[in-house]
Amino acid sequence: MTCEAPQGTVWRSYGTDRRSTRTVRVRVSAALVAVTVLAVLLVPPLVQLDQQAVDLQAKLLPPSWAHPFGTDDLGRDLLLRCVYGLRVSLLVGVAAALAATLIGTAVGAAAGALGGWAERGLMRLVDTLSSVPHLLLGIFIVAMFRPGVWPVVVSVALTHWLSTARIVRAEVLSLRARPFIDAAVSGGASRWRVAIRHLLPGVLPQAALAAVLMVPHAMWHESALSFLGLGLPTHLASLGNLIQGARGSLLAGQWWPTLFPGLLIIVPTLAIAGLAGAWRERINPRRRSELML
Amino acid sequence: MARLAGRRLLFAAPILIVVTFGVFAIAAASPFDPVKAYAGTAALGADAETLARLRENLGVDKPFVARWWDWLTAALGGDLGQSSVMRQPVTQVIGERLVWSALLCAVAFVVAVLAGTVLGVLAARRPGSVLDRVVTSLAYVLEAAPVFWLSLLAIWLTALQWGLLPAGGLTDTASEQVTFGQVTRHIVLPAGILAVSQLPWFTLYVRQGVADALAEDPVRGARARGVSERTVLLGHALRSGLLPVLTLVGSRVPELITGALLVESVFSWPGIAAATVEAATAVDFPLLAALTTLATAAVLLGNLLADLLYGLFDPRVKFHDM
Repeated sequence: MTCEAPQGTVWRSYGTDRRSTRTVRVRVSAALVAVTVLAVLLVPPLVQLDQQAVDLQAKLLPPSWAHPFGTDDLGRDLLLRCVYGLRVSLLVGVAAALAATLIGTAVGAAAGALGGWAERGLMRLVDTLSSVPHLLLGIFIVAMFRPGVWPVVVSVALTHWLSTARIVRAEVLSLRARPFIDAAVSGGASRWRVAIRHLLPGVLPQAALAAVLMVPHAMWHESALSFLGLGLPTHLASLGNLIQGARGSLLAGQWWPTLFPGLLIIVPTLAIAGLAGAWRERINPRRRSELML
Repeated sequence: MARLAGRRLLFAAPILIVVTFGVFAIAAASPFDPVKAYAGTAALGADAETLARLRENLGVDKPFVARWWDWLTAALGGDLGQSSVMRQPVTQVIGERLVWSALLCAVAFVVAVLAGTVLGVLAARRPGSVLDRVVTSLAYVLEAAPVFWLSLLAIWLTALQWGLLPAGGLTDTASEQVTFGQVTRHIVLPAGILAVSQLPWFTLYVRQGVADALAEDPVRGARARGVSERTVLLGHALRSGLLPVLTLVGSRVPELITGALLVESVFSWPGIAAATVEAATAVDFPLLAALTTLATAAVLLGNLLADLLYGLFDPRVKFHDM
């Protein structure tokens, strides 16, 4: 066992091919993210196929060359449905993650920069909110506002900004103790100028990393809500809706309408986590890469 | 230690009160109308006067702060209101279902802790080995997999393909009584899936803890003294590696509740988590408010447990410092 582990990878091996393992992992993750994003962006405009095209002759066909993921109970091609579902899930996930990061950065930066009772109050709020389970609070918000796209985005954003706020606050606190902040303050910079010009650029890498890691979480929550029937409307089928809609077929013995949408949640999650892990090691090589997800 | 527990419980009370206030504030800001929810479809045909009288009877014409205060004082007296979807008092719904949720979570948790320890130790024994890579990759994949998807696939495989286990519910549909054997057969799948959903986190932390402990001097010393590898692994590395993980267990209550929400819904397990989803679908506010508060209380209790375990197991921590 090598104790020094200078590169601090998740795989702390006996040191034979550590670098190559990591490189391979990053490259595979990057390729998967690229394929996902390209498929989601390019397939709908380029491929002139109707994902809703019903073909009752071809219903519930197992995976084959004509239909790689098989077809669902209305004869719709599952590969196409999954790509469209991933598009919806990813869009909702990105929107929710961006909103959560904005709230979290604003609250964390305010808490760190203001200090005093404002900081204590804000962090107490964060502590209080984080003692309500996320999915439960999300379910409550969506139930009260009726399921739909915006309630889902808002409920995921409102439950996920807490960790970002903590990270950003800690980062601001550590930046505040640096000499260049003292220099700026003694140079006569106003509180606002210090916050915007000096603190914010310093926390941006951490906030961006948090935002990227938030996307799979947001996707996961959206699909859980949709699966419970509390998420997106069925005409805007996300991966969660697809799995929910396939329950009947599953009980009749057809596994493919359930399996593939789930795989399309797992693969982007792992790819994004792999990339974000590499990025984290790059911006902060000394901190040992911890368990993410 | 009792003083610490007492003080933490005192700190928890305001958090709970703030959460209930937030719940009422969200309901007040939403388009949700308690009168229509109470009257159901009858509200469509009712005239304005009846609705106004109902509104007054329910007390919903008051501002939400007043309604919150009424609810809070009644809740302290043991009255949580009437559930519209279950047609029962909320306390009765919770009382009937809490035991099943607790049973499911307890079984799942014990399985996850035991299996996670075994897998974590096996993986940590030789970091970078094939076994380690398999366990670690599997843990990451399982962590990323949605719980409800795993549940559905498990139903398909064990209940439909192999016919080994029942697909859901607490007892067979034909059975009138709840017997031990029936519950045992029905709990295997949901508890197993819930355990699998908690397993990755536990395995990875045990692996990290034990691998770190194996690299430290006491282990090197023990090996130099010729202590058997088994004693080194289980007596030295596991002991110091597992303690920090065990103290984190209490802080995993939110994830356990999240998992239970999904698992109970898929398996029609008659617990409070499945009731939450039913309440949300039917917008049953009294039940939702009570269950959200209950879940928050469970999380706070878990945090308290984590703090207490930390103080009990780590001799460097003094209770009066906390």
